[in-house]
Amino acid sequence: MLKFVKNHMESIAGIEIYPMMSLLIFFTFFVCLFWWVFTAKKEYIKRVSELPLDNPNPSEL
Amino acid sequence: MEVEQFYYDNKIVKKFIIATMLWGVVGMSVGLLLALLFLFPNLTDGISWLSFGRLRPLHTNAVIFAFVGNAIFAGVYYSSQRLLKARMFSDFLSNVNFWCWQLIILGAAISLPLGYTSSKEYAELEWPFDIAIAIVWVAFGINLIGTILKRRQRHLYVAIWFYIATFVTVAVLHIFNSLAIPVGALKSYSVYAGVQDALVQWWYGHNAVAFFLTTPFLGLMYYFVPKAANRPIYSYRLSIIHFWSLIFIYIWAGPHHLLYTALPEWAQNLGVAFSVMLLMPSWGGMINGLLTLRGAWDKVRTDPVLKFMVVAITGYGMATFEGPLLSLKNVNAIAHYTDWIIAHVHVGALAWNGFLTFGMVYWLVPRLFKTKLYSIKLANLHFWIGTLGIIMYALPMYVAGFTQASMWKQFNPDGTLMYGNFLETVAEIIPMYWMRAIGGSLFILGMFIMIFNILATARKGSDVTDELAESAPLQRVSKKRVAGEGWHSWLERKPVQLTIFATIAILIGGIIQIVPTIMVKSNIPTISSVKPYTPLELEGRDIYIREGCVGCHSQMVRPFRDEVERYGEYSKAGEYVYDHPFLWGSKRTGPDLHRVGGKYSDNWHLNHMYDPQSTSSGSIMPGYKWLIRNQLDKSNTETKMRAMVTLGVPYSPSDIANAQQNMTDQGTRIEENLYADPDFAENYENDKTNGGDDFIEMKDREIVAVIAYLQRLGMDIKVKDVETQTTEK
Repeated sequence: MLKFVKNHMESIAGIEIYPMMSLLIFFTFFVCLFWWVFTAKKEYIKRVSELPLDNPNPSEL
Repeated sequence: MEVEQFYYDNKIVKKFIIATMLWGVVGMSVGLLLALLFLFPNLTDGISWLSFGRLRPLHTNAVIFAFVGNAIFAGVYYSSQRLLKARMFSDFLSNVNFWCWQLIILGAAISLPLGYTSSKEYAELEWPFDIAIAIVWVAFGINLIGTILKRRQRHLYVAIWFYIATFVTVAVLHIFNSLAIPVGALKSYSVYAGVQDALVQWWYGHNAVAFFLTTPFLGLMYYFVPKAANRPIYSYRLSIIHFWSLIFIYIWAGPHHLLYTALPEWAQNLGVAFSVMLLMPSWGGMINGLLTLRGAWDKVRTDPVLKFMVVAITGYGMATFEGPLLSLKNVNAIAHYTDWIIAHVHVGALAWNGFLTFGMVYWLVPRLFKTKLYSIKLANLHFWIGTLGIIMYALPMYVAGFTQASMWKQFNPDGTLMYGNFLETVAEIIPMYWMRAIGGSLFILGMFIMIFNILATARKGSDVTDELAESAPLQRVSKKRVAGEGWHSWLERKPVQLTIFATIAILIGGIIQIVPTIMVKSNIPTISSVKPYTPLELEGRDIYIREGCVGCHSQMVRPFRDEVERYGEYSKAGEYVYDHPFLWGSKRTGPDLHRVGGKYSDNWHLNHMYDPQSTSSGSIMPGYKWLIRNQLDKSNTETKMRAMVTLGVPYSPSDIANAQQNMTDQGTRIEENLYADPDFAENYENDKTNGGDDFIEMKDREIVAVIAYLQRLGMDIKVKDVETQTTEK
């Protein structure tokens, strides 16, 4: 599919690298996101998920 | 540590709830009137401001921006204050947000029926309103972000992220889609033309669904479902992934509204790919909402609030499963332009938005008025009537959609269309339109039951007062990550950085899709025989826009055997280069009009506009009698042409100078053609002799401009020896 985009943007110098860069940026972002999400501390997650409920000690966060 | 005392602003929440219910009734009633117009097309005969084409945008705008919009503000203002442990940043801005929003809605309720429309779906309001919307939206954003900055709760709960993304994205979408050149106090032309306008419009249109009807409501879901169930969200980890993946992917999906059209293939494919991917975050969110109720299903049996929420989330799941499905080209080939799409959006609007709003209101009002709900039984009755209403609405529309599509595409063994007359396919689905009207009535009935219940609750409760709360102020923490803090935890306490990241995530999709289409000319091959509209055709086109013809008639013949057989040569991107705005449409209640030029005589069009049933037995098109009476306003034509020149339409200075003469000439030719019908000649001559001074000659009436425009449609490439050339070659 990327070749369709590239065909139309060939006039821009160094354009080949754009899709690769954006793919890499987002791949890295989501890998980091998953990594952080799965390694986050259980107590922390529990605490923040209870924010809508009337938690007694909100200032601890 | 010292604890600060402050008050939550409950009065602003109350105001927004009242507005939600009021506009809900208005928006849904207009919807019901439209449903009835399918059954009794001449119910509002002769009243231009109650005609279908003008009311349709009022219905969509009222439901989206007035009903759902006010519900969003009510929920956001209630939950943000509590999640951030702070009163809203500025009471003044809260009230500006409330009153100006209502004024804009009122303006819409007046200007849309009067025919002031840009014709771009869900962005119909004309430019002064667009500017007002932008200002109010920014006021809302400052208020929200200001509250975030003075919060007493370090961590930003996931609902707040969804609110931030909503604010940022709606602002970007609204501004770029509304770019237009004004040619009068309430008239403007889109700066984009044809294919580009279509792409920008559906990038907006799809993401209006995403970032106005979905992300704020997901934020509300993440707050109010745990509140109502009194347990935390099923998985907070999932909600983080849900947020980032949803906002990143959603923004790419717009082109799935334009499959098989003249939009460049690569943009269509990009839209399909991301639409299919969108299933994952959407269902992630739905599952997260539903599983929050694990172990609490006994409460769902008794608590109407939770019942509404469960059906809302289920509706979200259904609509977001259907969305990717409809984005597949083979499914879209069947569903597009049919009532299937009407069913799809109403599952979203009635179930997801409507029921989540109802659940939220039933939960909020007793708390605001410090009392108990007046009647749980009535709330349950509302729930069942509403649910039945949704089913009665959606199911017949699915059937209607399939019936239409299969009849449109059916061939005889000899290669001719089995249902060559479009009206046969309309007559077949009238029973479904009846059921839809009944389903819609049930839904509104439920709404009235709710209003009674809420009013009774308010009456027995005490006055809404601002609620005292206390919390310790935040201590200063390093701007950098503190020891042991992950980068995302850091991000969660940095609203500005979070906003910037969210903006980047949504901008990338938009930029990659839209910039190439606008900048790279080879995407739209030019066709040398395509010429700008004549002044009279341009005026006719503006009347076509004013009357909302685009609500029922597409101007986009897709490259399918049946469509080519029925309508003529399929539409090319190059045919629309002078169309500011594009008028492809999204629904075929009536036939496509892109090749209607030359198909019928001028007389036929006149008679058809006066009384559609006289020329087309069984038609459900309303009459447009005022077009035949009204004098055409030619005072602004030159201004319009000059605006078009600014946008790149090649009118020469002499074209503009001779516009009036040109219009008279073309009008006279049409008037002469009309004399071909002896009935017309006789009646018209009678009117002429009896008319006196007020008599308006036919060549100066609106209908002549409309006929000129309709007869022009698609004619450019009916000319022999079409030359197609790309600018590259």
